[in-house]
Amino acid sequence: MVHWSAEEKQLITSLWSKVNVEECGAEALARLLIVYPWTQRFFSSFGNLSSPTAIIGNPKVRAHGKKVLTSFGEAIKNLDNIKTTYSKLSELHCDKLHVDPENFRLLGDILIIVLASQFARDFTPACQFAWQKLVSVVAHALARKYH
Amino acid sequence: MVLSANDKTNVKNAFAKIGGQADDYGAETLERMFAAYPQTKTYFPHFDLSHGSGQIKAHGKKVAAALVEAVNHIDDIAGALSKLSDLHAQKLRVDPVNFKLLGHCFLVVVAIHQPSLLTPEVHASLDKFLCAVGNVLTAKYR
Repeated sequence: MVHWSAEEKQLITSLWSKVNVEECGAEALARLLIVYPWTQRFFSSFGNLSSPTAIIGNPKVRAHGKKVLTSFGEAIKNLDNIKTTYSKLSELHCDKLHVDPENFRLLGDILIIVLASQFARDFTPACQFAWQKLVSVVAHALARKYH
Repeated sequence: MVLSANDKTNVKNAFAKIGGQADDYGAETLERMFAAYPQTKTYFPHFDLSHGSGQIKAHGKKVAAALVEAVNHIDDIAGALSKLSDLHAQKLRVDPVNFKLLGHCFLVVVAIHQPSLLTPEVHASLDKFLCAVGNVLTAKYR
């Protein structure tokens, strides 16, 4: 089980309370598809992903980004129980969605960069450490049920 | 993975905007890397890694200078960083995974100080550039 110090929990939850989940999620997913274009392979039903502008303006990307980040929020609500929280989602990503877990790590790092651009100096090295740990734990939990 | 003409333009413009702050960005990149990925500290047992350390500042400056050199010779990064590549292969032997970590932290620093600079397109170009630099530095490892 992951151990979170009180400080780490505080750094995570206090930052999260200021995040606009819809905007942040949309931006993170759009950047994933732009910076690592091979990730578009999972979204052939999303319509126009032909350029950064198209991706950023794509309503399906926005909606899905919001969905993904809302789910992320569940992990933050259940920091001491992330494995269980994501058990079914892990099975889904393996059995139905067939997503290489490496993509969870890529999205996690993109999220960090989006948070950094929003929070600037408030995103201190200690804050980054806590969040890198969080995205790593989430990625690990999502990959855990793969077989 | 190839840097397109667009990528090269984006990278050159980005570094022009970063300008003289490159040294500071280098130092902060290292500081964040050591904080976010403590295992990276194992390559610096001889350093004072506390906040504001003169050694981190100096080393950050070296890292920044190498990146700037690569930008200035962006059509031939391998040529520009050839000696550094030898150094990393023969002497330093930093595990290749760490170049990704350093690159990521550099992007975080840019995001913090110049969020408007880091549009998705520039983000993509810089990420590719940093990958290319890492590839060059590890190219002679085996």
